[in-house]
Amino acid sequence: MSAIEKLPAEDIPDNGLLRFLTCGSVDDGKSTLIGRLLYDSKTILADTLHAIQRSSARRGLDIVDLSLLTDGLQAEREQGITIDVAYRYFTTGTRKYIIADAPGHEQYTRNMVTAASTADLAIILIDARKGVLTQTRRHSYVAHLLGIPHIVVAVNKMDLVDYAQETFDRIRSDYLAFANGLGIADVRFIPLSALHGDMIVERGERLPWYDGPTLFEMLEGAPAIHSEHDEKFRFPVQYVCRPQDSANPELHDYRGFMGRVESGEVHVGDRVTVLPSGLESRVRDIQVLGESLPRAVAEQSVSILLEDEIDISRGDMIVRSGELPQVGKNIDAMLCWLSESPLDPRRKYLLRHTTRDSKAMLAAIAFRVDINSMQQQPAERLLMNDIARVSFRLAQPIFADPYNESRGTGAFIIIDESTNNTVAAGMIL
Amino acid sequence: MSIAKLARVTLSHLDWLESEAIHIMREVAGQCGNPVLLFSGGKDSICMLRVAEKAFRPGRFPFPLLHIDTGHNYREVTDFRDRRAAELGERLIVRSVEDSMARGTVVLKSADEPRNKHQSVTLLEAIEEFGFDACIGGARRDEEKARAKERIFSFRDEFGQWDPKNQRPELWDLYNARSFKGENIRVFPISNWTEIDVWQYIEREKLALPSIYFAHRRPIVRRGGGLLPVTEVTPARPGEAVETLQVRFRTVGDITCTAPVESDAEDVASIIAETAVTTITERGATRLDDQTSEASMEQRKKEGYF
Ligand SMILES: Nc1nc2c(ncn2[C@@H]2O[C@H](COP(=O)(O)OP(=O)(O)OP(=O)(O)O)[C@@H](O)[C@H]2O)c(=O)[nH]1
Ligand SMILES: [Mg+2]
Repeated sequence: MSAIEKLPAEDIPDNGLLRFLTCGSVDDGKSTLIGRLLYDSKTILADTLHAIQRSSARRGLDIVDLSLLTDGLQAEREQGITIDVAYRYFTTGTRKYIIADAPGHEQYTRNMVTAASTADLAIILIDARKGVLTQTRRHSYVAHLLGIPHIVVAVNKMDLVDYAQETFDRIRSDYLAFANGLGIADVRFIPLSALHGDMIVERGERLPWYDGPTLFEMLEGAPAIHSEHDEKFRFPVQYVCRPQDSANPELHDYRGFMGRVESGEVHVGDRVTVLPSGLESRVRDIQVLGESLPRAVAEQSVSILLEDEIDISRGDMIVRSGELPQVGKNIDAMLCWLSESPLDPRRKYLLRHTTRDSKAMLAAIAFRVDINSMQQQPAERLLMNDIARVSFRLAQPIFADPYNESRGTGAFIIIDESTNNTVAAGMIL
Repeated sequence: MSIAKLARVTLSHLDWLESEAIHIMREVAGQCGNPVLLFSGGKDSICMLRVAEKAFRPGRFPFPLLHIDTGHNYREVTDFRDRRAAELGERLIVRSVEDSMARGTVVLKSADEPRNKHQSVTLLEAIEEFGFDACIGGARRDEEKARAKERIFSFRDEFGQWDPKNQRPELWDLYNARSFKGENIRVFPISNWTEIDVWQYIEREKLALPSIYFAHRRPIVRRGGGLLPVTEVTPARPGEAVETLQVRFRTVGDITCTAPVESDAEDVASIIAETAVTTITERGATRLDDQTSEASMEQRKKEGYF
């Protein structure tokens, strides 16, 4: 019986865990919406509420500014904007939520990318008075590129347009025109007022023409998994446990390959191939803290023991035999450039993919995406917040799957070794 | 599209959080040359030790444990700290704020000034002494609004400073622990855990805790709306009435700035029940040092705090 199956039933909320982010243009009400969600779901404790009531009063506001719940940095509170992602947590008894409140400012798009990379669902806010803006498109495109399976478009500030259905319908058709062009499939629309709380947890009385679910109901109903694919087993090795020096002679030959299952699952007895060596063996045992498990599933951290002695180190990957990923030194990818210094085609960068690092050089920029027109344009170099299709040449091979089949083995980051900064996010095609 | 149709074996939320934390610790082990794990004997760091066992056994931990002792810790907690490290057979390093005071690198404004924020100095001194390139800490994002903004792998410059306006992007689970000599990475494996997750984990894993986490009787004065324990370093002020109350601690830090709450909870299950219906946050109830200004945690982090 696995560690999972053995848990007492009350520890398994039937709906598991859902990570979502709020995004969209500046001042569309993302932080206010999260504040409202926490407030109406009774997650905010009394002292926190008193603290933001005091801050609101100090700022001369006559209502409680719920955005102060997530805008926690001094600079954010001074300017009334979000600069970096804030993470908040709440639970409904059946599901635990991790919320990421992303900034709307274009300058901080890279922080939105950080928030989007781990999300299962995106709430894209639109100010009902302003409709679809460039930043709405940019965030929608990023959410789509990063493979977020569920997108909810929330038309906010309905109170400022007299809760008019025409406004909502017009924004919906504008959005769909652009989303269809991108191939965004699962989009749902909802009108709301984050400030007054309509259609968030409570339906309110001012949107009688809308008969869909509240935002809260949408969250509770969203499936918390990344994909429907029959996933292939991928196990990047993070660390090798060799306790030879232990006083226990039984451990003398112990070799545990430690890591987290990035996708698929593995059972004791399965035939596996180790990359890059290509050597094959069988899974002898799967362990966590001395306990043997019959199998390990996606996102589970375990140690794998093999029947044969094979030399394996960090950066290698264990996969099921017959289900090999692409092994290669040339990759095609979509890239979000996140650094203030432009991508320099003459320089070498470090590419990090799963637990493996390789030097990398840009081979070509196929095109840059113009966010306004969604047109592909030629480009010589990439600036901060640019999104482009590129190819890289690597010094070491990597073991990759297309990102849209497997996030874990399709994603990479680029590190600039002169600063150690993370400068780009890449998705293998 | 029904959920049932999409169902596959997924992890419960506690399993998911644990697995994420194990993955993070193994990344530290794989990427950093000389990491250390901060262990105070408090509940969050007790959970971290459990995660470290799951991450590295049957091997040894690839890092020593470090405690920055203010000299104002409850005996129950420091005894527990020493006992736990010995049981695990792992190396424990203790560096003390009082030594920094003796060296003159920590200067208190007054003898009774809380020493909590001065831990930053002693921590930075320990980092330099041992050349640590990464410090694994038990901070959680639900604790405080500045922590809610921090990356899991959080870069600190050579002065130990956090720059909240210029954090590295952190994408997927591809963490970047790189730093140059003298710089440092703070790593928070239980960033995504909440107070109730911590208690549920303690219950599930049957983890031992210092006794002061459970209801016990203790002399108390009421001051500024809170309960203050009466101890050698925090005596009652003239005119204050000392009562003996049934209390427990929600967090165990420096004696001078950690307050208990009234409670009858004698076991973890009762604590979970109380936590589920509490109306006050962990820090709000118990950390006297955070309430001084709207931005005190952010300020301390900029100065090198955990
Ligand atoms: N009338 C009205 N005002 C709203 C509503 N939602 C938000 N606001 C106001 O819009 C302003 C911006 O709200 P925020 O929540 O800070 O916006 P944001 O999208 O988080 O902004 P950034 O994170 O900086 O991009 C604030 O003054 C809010 O009070 C709404 O539903 N109706
Ligand atoms: Mg905001």
